[in-house]
Formats: sequence, structure tokens, C-alpha cells
Amino acid sequence: MVKALFAPLERFVRESGRMSIMLAESIFFAFRPPFKMNYIFKQMEFIGVNSVFVIVLTGAFTGMVLALQSYYGFRKFGSEGLVGATVALSMTRELGPVLTSLMVTGRAGSAMAAELGTMRVTEQIDALTVMALNPIKYLVTPRIIASFLMLPLLTVIADFVGIIGGYLVGVKLLGINEGAYIDKTITFLELNDIYNGLVKAAVFGIILSVVSCYKGFYTKGGAEGVGRSTTAAVVISSVTILVTDYILTSFMF
Amino acid sequence: MEEKAIRVVNLHKSFGTQKVLNGINLEIEKGETTVIIGKSGGGKSVLLKHLIGLIKPDEGEIWIHGVDITRLREKDLNEIRMSFGMLFQEAALFDSMDVFDNVAFPLREHTKKSEKEIEIIVEDKLKQVGLLRFKDKMPAELSGGMRKRVGLARALALDPETILFDEPTSALDPIISLTILDLIKETQTRLHKTYVVISHDILGMFRIADKVALLSDGKIIEQGTPGEIRKSKNEAAMEFLNATKLPFFTGGEL
Repeated sequence: MVKALFAPLERFVRESGRMSIMLAESIFFAFRPPFKMNYIFKQMEFIGVNSVFVIVLTGAFTGMVLALQSYYGFRKFGSEGLVGATVALSMTRELGPVLTSLMVTGRAGSAMAAELGTMRVTEQIDALTVMALNPIKYLVTPRIIASFLMLPLLTVIADFVGIIGGYLVGVKLLGINEGAYIDKTITFLELNDIYNGLVKAAVFGIILSVVSCYKGFYTKGGAEGVGRSTTAAVVISSVTILVTDYILTSFMF
Repeated sequence: MEEKAIRVVNLHKSFGTQKVLNGINLEIEKGETTVIIGKSGGGKSVLLKHLIGLIKPDEGEIWIHGVDITRLREKDLNEIRMSFGMLFQEAALFDSMDVFDNVAFPLREHTKKSEKEIEIIVEDKLKQVGLLRFKDKMPAELSGGMRKRVGLARALALDPETILFDEPTSALDPIISLTILDLIKETQTRLHKTYVVISHDILGMFRIADKVALLSDGKIIEQGTPGEIRKSKNEAAMEFLNATKLPFFTGGEL
């Protein structure tokens, strides 16, 4: 009974520990030649470049709906001018990094888990080991580096597009005074807001890549196992991102 | 023969409560084909994966080139691995690369050869397995038998001393099985490398084996030349051989 209660906790501790070890190993290999630049570039293209369209859509509509919602609220107090600042702060501090990371988790994190999982169950990972090549260095390190670098860049895009979207809805559609809108945005938005948001994004990039790679790398049980790993990778990454976001925010702002 | 290629001493391995290897003792001669035959799920793959350090034993020793590899660290183990090639059960080709790049991969990662030199080697290896004209295909476009042939070409790429084969004929139809077996036999006769094959396919294996070892209940119950095995009075061995009831079978003459 007691054992059954503690089993999930024990698993949580064990898995977090093994993920940390995987991260540590990946960092170790990241600084050891030969550097697998072409592997990193390939992953940067997959994780970053190929996500741009999704991120633009996500950022635009998030900014737009933020403007819409906050307009209805602020109008009651006659302070519609604050809509711009609200959109800009929400996007740069929270929604930019968080939504970008969640979208990339869904797109690229699931793909990492599925790809590494398939490589595990078809013995391709063993084949690397047999060739005296470390699979962490070839498969995991490039994905973590690429996520770490690309998430902040994608977040910049989401922030920018979101602020533009908010502007279009607020000023062009709802008729908020353009001067007030821009002036308030510039007054309230500080470089630090953007910067902290990008730090968050980089951390989320590490989280989603480590969790997804870990789940894929240690897949067991054929095609069904790959499915399980993929689901687990997305769920665990997403939840961890949200929890970490709270913790980081409480320290940052 | 002087020194053995591989010497396994008292190897034990359990997964949870299930005992898979229960004191394996086995000697594999240099430059010969040794076939380890056993039932499906009898621990053959586990034994093979021990030989190249993919699995660590609970107990026992594995001597390769005079070194007990069970005590080696990953870095030293990798040096031993460089003298090995392996053909996996489903070939384990990298499905993100085409056939040429798959065979070229170990050469690119482990040698300083130029692309031109690599091309010559890869084309030679692909010619040996009869697949040169498929070099631009992706693994997903190939049949199971073709994938195994590419897998063999990749295993041969670095001219290893020893090649391990995990069920080379499983999941293949009888005719394709024969071409794979002939290819194994033919490359072994020509290159004189040490081949270690695991399989449950007794008939096929007597075509290629110089030595046979029977694995049952986690132990090697009988080993010798195919002829010796056929005359074995060991009960478990006889049971195993009789499982393939055929009026005659050829190959593996003394």
C-alpha cells in the first residue's frame, strides 16, 4: 500500500535524475570535438525554420485576441490607451515564450520522441553504439543545442507579430487612438521584459528537447511504445514548461 | 589455431526475475563461422549483444583480443568495437540516409579518407552484395532482403576482424534466405574474417557453419563441427535437431 503510494514519486525522481544525466552528457559532448555542425544545422532548420509559419499564426492571433479582450475590460474605465501596453507586456513576458514553446513541443518535440523512439526499436541506436559512435552525441546533443538556440528566436517572432496583431485590432479595428496606443506601449515595455522572456524561451527549449529526447531514446515495446513515448514527451514537456514558467516568473519580475 | 577470437566464461544475465543466460561457456575460433543455434526467446540475441558490450553481464567474462571487455570503460570498449561489424535483425539502416550514405557513414566518421576514396570503397562493398545500382535509394524503398544486404555492406565497410549476425534469415522467404546465406558464406570464404551468427534456422545454418553451438536454457549444451553436432548423443541436442524433421539434410559434411 505504502509502496504503491510512493511508486509514482519514486518514478518521478528516477526519471528526473536520468533526464538530468542525459542533459549533462549532452552538454559534455557539445564541447568535445568533433563538432557535428551539420547535425546541429539540420535540427535548427527543423525546429526553428520549419516552425516559423505556425509561430507567426500563433503570435498574431494571440496578440489580436489579447487586444480584443483587454479593450472590453479597459473600456469600462475609459483607459483604452493601456491596451497596447497590456498586449506588449503579456506577449513579451508570458505568452510569447510559453505559447512558442508549447507549439514547438507539439510540432518538434513529438517528432523528436517519435524519431528517436523508432530508431531505438529498430536498433538504429544500437547500430551507432556498435560503430563506436556515442548516440547521445549524434542524436541528442544537436537537438538540445538547436532547441536552445531557436526557441528565443522564434519567441522574438511571436512577440513582434503579436504586438503588430494587437496594434491592428486595437487601432485599426477598435479605433483606439493611435498616438496613445503606441506611446503607452513604449512607456511600459522595457528591454528587460523582452530579455527575460527570451531567457525563459531558452530554458523551455532545453526542457522540451531533453524530455522529448529522453522519452524517445529510452522507448520500449515496438510501435506501441513509440506512440506512448510521443504522447508522454508532449504531455510531460508541456506541463514542465508551465510549472517552470511560474517558478521563473516569480524570480524574474 | 593459436588464440581464440572470443572466449566467453561463465556468463550470467537476468532481467528482473527471469534468468536468460545461465553460465555460458563458449570459444569462438578466428577466421571461422560459428553459428549459435537456439530457440526463439532463448537468449541468443542477449548473448550476441554481450559480445559487443551493448549489454553488461551480471557475472562472467568475455575475452576479446586478450582483454576482458566486461571490465572496460566505454572509451576502451569503443576501441574493441572498431574491430567489429554487426548485421542487425532488421538491418538497422539509418532511415534518414540513402543506401550510399549508410555504407559510407562508418568511413566518414572513423577515417580521414577523402570523399573520392570513400566512394571507391562504398561502391566496392555494394558491388560485393550486388546492390550497387540501388545506391541512391532510401532504406524504406528496399525489400527486407535488400536491406540486410546493405546492412552487410555497412558491416564490412571498415574491414572489421569480426562480424556478428543477428538472425540473418529471419523474416525472409526461403529463397531470399538462401541468397543471404550464400552471401555470408561467400564473403567469409573470401575474407577469412571471424563470423558469429545466431539463428533458430538449423537447416540454413548448417550450410554456412564451420562450428555450431547449441544454446538451450541459458547454457551452451553442445558445440562442435556440424558433423559432430549431428552425431551428438546429448538428449537436448537431439531433441533440438529432431524438431526439424526432414528425411535428409545436406551441407556441413565432416
